[in-house]
Amino acid sequence: METVQQEAATLAQPKKTTTVTGSVALMEGLIAEGTETIFGYPGGAIMPIYDAIYDYKDKLNHILVRHEQCAAHAAQGFARTSGKVGVVFATSGPGATNLITGLADAQIDSTPLVCITGQVFATLLGTDAFQETDVINISAPVTKWNYQVTEASEIPAALAKAFYIARSGRPGPVLIDITKNAQMQLFEYEGYTPCSHIRSYRPKPIVRNEYIEQAAALINSAKKPFILFGQGVLLGSAEQEFKAFVEKSGIPAAWTILGAGAIPTDHPLNVGMLGMHGNYGPNVQTNSCDVMIAIGMRFDDRVTGRLDKYAKQAKVVHLDIDPAEIDKNVKADVPVWGDCKETLPLLTELITERTHDEWLAEFKAYDKIEQEQLIQKELNPQTGELTMGEVINQLNVLTKGEAVIVSDVGQHQMVACRYGKLNTTRLSVTSGGLGTMGFGLPAAIGAKFGAPERTVIAVIGDGGFQMTLQELGTIMQFGVDVKILILNNQFLGMVRQWQQLFNEKRYSFVDITSPDFVKLGDSYSIAGKRVTERENLIPGLEEMLNTPGSFLLEVMVAKEHNVFPMVPQGSSVSEIRLK
Amino acid sequence: MSDSKDIELGNSKQEFTITVYTENQIGILNRIAIIFSRRKINIESLNVSPSEIEHIHRFNILITETEEVVKKLARQIEKQVEVLKVYANTNDDIIWQELALYKVPTEIVAEKVFVERLLRENGARVVVIRKNYTIFETTGHRSETDKLIEVLQPYGLIEFVRSARVAIIKDSEGFNSKLREFERLEPGQEVIENEFLDKEKNVFTM
Repeated sequence: METVQQEAATLAQPKKTTTVTGSVALMEGLIAEGTETIFGYPGGAIMPIYDAIYDYKDKLNHILVRHEQCAAHAAQGFARTSGKVGVVFATSGPGATNLITGLADAQIDSTPLVCITGQVFATLLGTDAFQETDVINISAPVTKWNYQVTEASEIPAALAKAFYIARSGRPGPVLIDITKNAQMQLFEYEGYTPCSHIRSYRPKPIVRNEYIEQAAALINSAKKPFILFGQGVLLGSAEQEFKAFVEKSGIPAAWTILGAGAIPTDHPLNVGMLGMHGNYGPNVQTNSCDVMIAIGMRFDDRVTGRLDKYAKQAKVVHLDIDPAEIDKNVKADVPVWGDCKETLPLLTELITERTHDEWLAEFKAYDKIEQEQLIQKELNPQTGELTMGEVINQLNVLTKGEAVIVSDVGQHQMVACRYGKLNTTRLSVTSGGLGTMGFGLPAAIGAKFGAPERTVIAVIGDGGFQMTLQELGTIMQFGVDVKILILNNQFLGMVRQWQQLFNEKRYSFVDITSPDFVKLGDSYSIAGKRVTERENLIPGLEEMLNTPGSFLLEVMVAKEHNVFPMVPQGSSVSEIRLK
Repeated sequence: MSDSKDIELGNSKQEFTITVYTENQIGILNRIAIIFSRRKINIESLNVSPSEIEHIHRFNILITETEEVVKKLARQIEKQVEVLKVYANTNDDIIWQELALYKVPTEIVAEKVFVERLLRENGARVVVIRKNYTIFETTGHRSETDKLIEVLQPYGLIEFVRSARVAIIKDSEGFNSKLREFERLEPGQEVIENEFLDKEKNVFTM
């Protein structure tokens, strides 16, 4: 009763305001948007914001990273496992420029981030002031939207817009640059109103039924239909809708590395990974399917190989929320423009329940060849040096497909993505489009905050680990329970593989020396072990998983081992090589 | 699929005028410009000015490209949060003009009667007359304004300036009605129109 009366009283009165600083309004806004964790690094131009967060420590958990790039990657890891928007704080100048790699990675992989950067006083803009950099223009190509705030009163609306843009439609990173005066300025704060509409921005296009009908007719008449799915399924939280579509249609489905886990690895219709180091069947069958149904994927060149020899025989149905993706790389015969959470059920409704036993058997036949010629040797070698594949395979046995696997970039990434077992969605975190070495460790930190109930394993190569190993400090300071699995082949393996295959083994600057990683971990109070022999692999992995808190396991793997299958650059997907 | 003639047309470069309606926001010019520069495409001329609707600016961007590339560019531009609508048109679809100003010594114009005649023939109007110089103005297509430069050059043309192309799309119905749609929470089909989707309507037949 009392509440109702109070509400009535509030309605009758003019809007209540409180006088607060821009920084306090920012904190209130972040809380209103459901922010709990912020990854950041302070500095001169963002000091008022850090002064404000001092009083919000009970509500906002700030994780002090060791480099701003890692704040962005950690926020990406958080966003990928939680499905929420990752939030980053950084100061002006070098703080802001250090974010750029993370922003570029988030932009190309459609990861929702809100980055707040400090900026010099508005009166100093353009004067080459200390730590001034034009972050708005530097970040324009790698953000979905950005905005410079110079007045405290702009903060609530700018932040509301930022969150709305970051998470809606095709998600992406957004940057708000706030001048120091705006952070300190007092203004009349009317409370926080979330944004739900921007007239110039249409996140979700209207679904057009005629295309759904055309797509369904094409699918129903297909003899050899093939589904390619990407991260759009995850981003649209459409895993259930996708599963229903796949199961009713009975169509074999293959994934891009960012689509991994949209249906479980073991699902009978999951035929494997697409692309340069994907599975044999999905690549070869791309050029024999009659109808290709691409869902929330963007035909990246690492997926398509040579475009003029890509699925020329197939009719293409392309489901995507971003109209700019339709026809960008592969011409669509039926463009199904829209959010796949909406379009997939409409499509499922119209398709005939079918099985494609013979067609599926063709995939199985290719899988058999791949298993015999490659996978078994890779996953279960009895002699010789340890392989990356057997490490991932043993890890699967122990985690049973329930752990989050964060990978860095390179050979180990391809192996982790190919062989990693995923029982459910949002268990694989990797840098897909940008291929950012150094992504793994900070992303794993964020992934753990995004999925605290899960075991998080960062699978990283010896090269990538040395790019961001300073984040061991973050892991130590905040007691982040991350299992670090370094697959050390003493080379920058992927480049070495290319130099071996295409540059006559002219190994140019790929021989990389590493410190004693276990000792390094020890200096950060992170328990660790090095495995060099096969008999120690399972005990080592068990110790890593069973030790409470973080753990660093370094596994010495074969130095000159190549990732296969491989679609060589400039070749068609059907020219995939098994060796 | 489309026949070979279409593909040929799609692959040959020609002039396209891209019309963009945007919010009047700082930074949107850069966001649009880098869509071209990222692909190493030169903007031949660019006009940005307030549209007939308050707070909404209209860009006219002139480039020489293939239809296929222009379609992709248009979608990338429309993807920008602060862009309302993009149209891409060939020269056949539009009526366009460029404005040119010519500064010449007043004595020449005063003394030489035929100069006056030349100016009249070229549709030039006098903007100002000062003791030392006179400024003429003309509007037209590039070739027309170029021609007058040639004509005036021998008579001591002091300075010349030309505006970007401004263009009206022949079959447009204006932007006012569309804007009202944008302001609604659930924009109607008209706003969601996609020239590609509409054209593709008859491509697929069972």
